Amino acid sequence: MKHYAQAFDAFNKNAEDGWLKSQRIAAFARFEHLGFPTPSVEYWKYTDTKALAKREFKLATGYDQQAAAELLKAKGLKLDAHRLVFVDGLLSSELSNLEGLQDAVVIEPLSQALATELELTSGMMGRLAGIDVDVFTALNFAFVSEGVVVRVGANQKVNKPLLVTYLSTATEEVMSHPRILIAAGASSELQLIEHFIGADEAKNFTNRVVEGVMERNAKIHHTLLQQPSDKEWWVGRIQIEQKRDSRYTSHQMNLGGKLVRDDLVCDLNGEGAECDFSGLLFGRNRQHLDIHTLVNHNAPLTNSYETYKTILNDRSQGVFNSKVIVKKDSQKIHAVQNNANLLLSDQAQINAKPELEIYADDVKCAHGATTGQLDMDALFYLMARGIGEEEARGLLTLAFANEVIDKLELPEIYNLVETTVAGQLPHKIELELTQ
Amino acid sequence: MIEIKDLHAKVEGKPILKGLSLSIKPGEVHAIMGPNGSGKSTLSAVLAGRSDYEVTSGTVTFFGEDLFAMSVEERACAGLMLAFQYPVEIPGVKNVYLLKAALNAQRKARGEPEIEAPAFMKLVREKLQFMKIDNSFLHRAVNEGFSGGEKKRNEILQMLILEPKLVLLDEIDSGLDIDALKVVAEGVNSLRDAGRSFLMITHYQRLLDYIEPDFVHVLNDGQIIKTGDKSLALELEDRGYDWVVEETA
Ligand SMILES: Nc1ncnc2c1ncn2[C@@H]1O[C@H](COP(=O)(O)OP(=O)(O)OP(=O)(O)O)[C@@H](O)[C@H]1O
Ligand SMILES: [Mg+2]
Repeated sequence: MKHYAQAFDAFNKNAEDGWLKSQRIAAFARFEHLGFPTPSVEYWKYTDTKALAKREFKLATGYDQQAAAELLKAKGLKLDAHRLVFVDGLLSSELSNLEGLQDAVVIEPLSQALATELELTSGMMGRLAGIDVDVFTALNFAFVSEGVVVRVGANQKVNKPLLVTYLSTATEEVMSHPRILIAAGASSELQLIEHFIGADEAKNFTNRVVEGVMERNAKIHHTLLQQPSDKEWWVGRIQIEQKRDSRYTSHQMNLGGKLVRDDLVCDLNGEGAECDFSGLLFGRNRQHLDIHTLVNHNAPLTNSYETYKTILNDRSQGVFNSKVIVKKDSQKIHAVQNNANLLLSDQAQINAKPELEIYADDVKCAHGATTGQLDMDALFYLMARGIGEEEARGLLTLAFANEVIDKLELPEIYNLVETTVAGQLPHKIELELTQ
Repeated sequence: MIEIKDLHAKVEGKPILKGLSLSIKPGEVHAIMGPNGSGKSTLSAVLAGRSDYEVTSGTVTFFGEDLFAMSVEERACAGLMLAFQYPVEIPGVKNVYLLKAALNAQRKARGEPEIEAPAFMKLVREKLQFMKIDNSFLHRAVNEGFSGGEKKRNEILQMLILEPKLVLLDEIDSGLDIDALKVVAEGVNSLRDAGRSFLMITHYQRLLDYIEPDFVHVLNDGQIIKTGDKSLALELEDRGYDWVVEETA
């Protein structure tokens, strides 16, 4: 903890007096008070942060521009999009491009928004992800300086997806605390893609928070594609507030990291609001991947759908915890939680727990969790047709993941996930063309 | 083509095949009949390479090579195909995927280039038509939700596309209606030639009306106890197995 205090002092000392500085101080005090979670904290029961707490991360002060550009070129998504790129938490203006935004749409770096529109920005920050939500959220607030602010005016459909790329480079062990603030106006539409890319030897800690308020009938399609290195730490939180008839969809593709923990929370506060989560956790080696979701059905006639799949190999561990809470007067609710887990090795482990807390009576809920191995009869069948074992395993593994990766609409992301899950399938694209 | 000598095999520690010998030459069609549980499917599984069947003694050579030294996929690539008695359902894997992956794996093993997509689709459409299967079938998952008869047709479709050298047909006729039986038999007959052999496992003489065998064997308690021509099948249909068992006891 001591080095966090030192880092914090150095970071906040010279900040201009005012709202931000004092908020950070309060946030850091909260962080110090709570400390890193121990397994006795219910929400962190299966994810041990002891090793994370021991590391002495610094804030990045600069980065190698050429290395960053090369990493982006090698692993970045080739998409026609509004782009913001952060390298070890620092904004890269060279690699970012926000040209061609509509008038009623604001997308800007958080640092800029804090400097030029503090009042507006401070109204958005901490509204949903305040310092009391979680220790890591408090830590994020304490060090908050960079990220993205998105404000979409009423009836605006953002003309291109917004692609936020986090590059994590292999220098000293750094930490970053990006925060994304979204205000989605009535009947607006936004597609947000976050792509985390770790350089092979990166050992960084990223602690990212997203807060989004969705007005009536707003739509957000949110994709989080995580490709950290095997030695990286990620803690993420997404907090969404949904008003009447709004629709939030989340696709999370968690493809690695040393320790990756995500919390996704939706408050369905208006009738007709709906959220749809899907995700894949794909673990190898000694990776530890954890996702916690929480949906609060705070209004009647709200729906939530969740489909998560976990594929674990080697000695990797997965944690899947999804909770749906239906408030007392929230009638006519539909909530579906699906979770299926595939263990590819005897040493892989999963802790899966769908939970329902229902305080209303007119509610349709379904939940299920299954865990299994590859079907040996299916494997034999494929091999008996001449398909090599590795490719056959790849086909079956991919088949398991299909239900969630099929939901990825952008072919660039779909292909990337598919080749990661089953690198042995070079014919896929060709086949699609011949239908 | 295949030479099985004094084959003994166990399942879960229990001896099932107890000294089975059989030789099949190129171009021949053999039928194996025998009571339930006599070891017919076990024989086909052992030949295809299922690891839960333990071969305790005996030899099998396939085109002169030691079959048991080959992996499952090597056997398939060398031209051995088992049409399963109970084809497995594989959710999420489309038929078109399976067909292409299998065909290319086998071509690769033979040192041939991968088949081009248009040629592949043409081939597949042609065979679908022959088997009277709808094109939409290609994009359905392998055997998922297929009726018993559809599953059997799918096995024959794969056979037509992969053109194996030795086909083991394990009760390909079970669960088929008369029309489907004809389609399946036509599929098999269309592939019959001097270089290709078939080993058909069946309980019913009816199949042999459509696909005429050169030899009929009776398998009982893990051994072939009698071999004859197709008239033996007729006799078995008439009289059952007891008399054969008694005759050889
Ligand atoms: N995987 C297995 N585990 C345990 N026993 C098995 C297994 N497979 C086969 N057996 C046993 O081996 C014996 C032979 O079975 P097999 O399936 O070869 O018979 P079959 O001749 O094909 O019979 P059918 O005419 O009913 O298809 C049976 O007693 C069966 O119960
Ligand atoms: Mg059988």
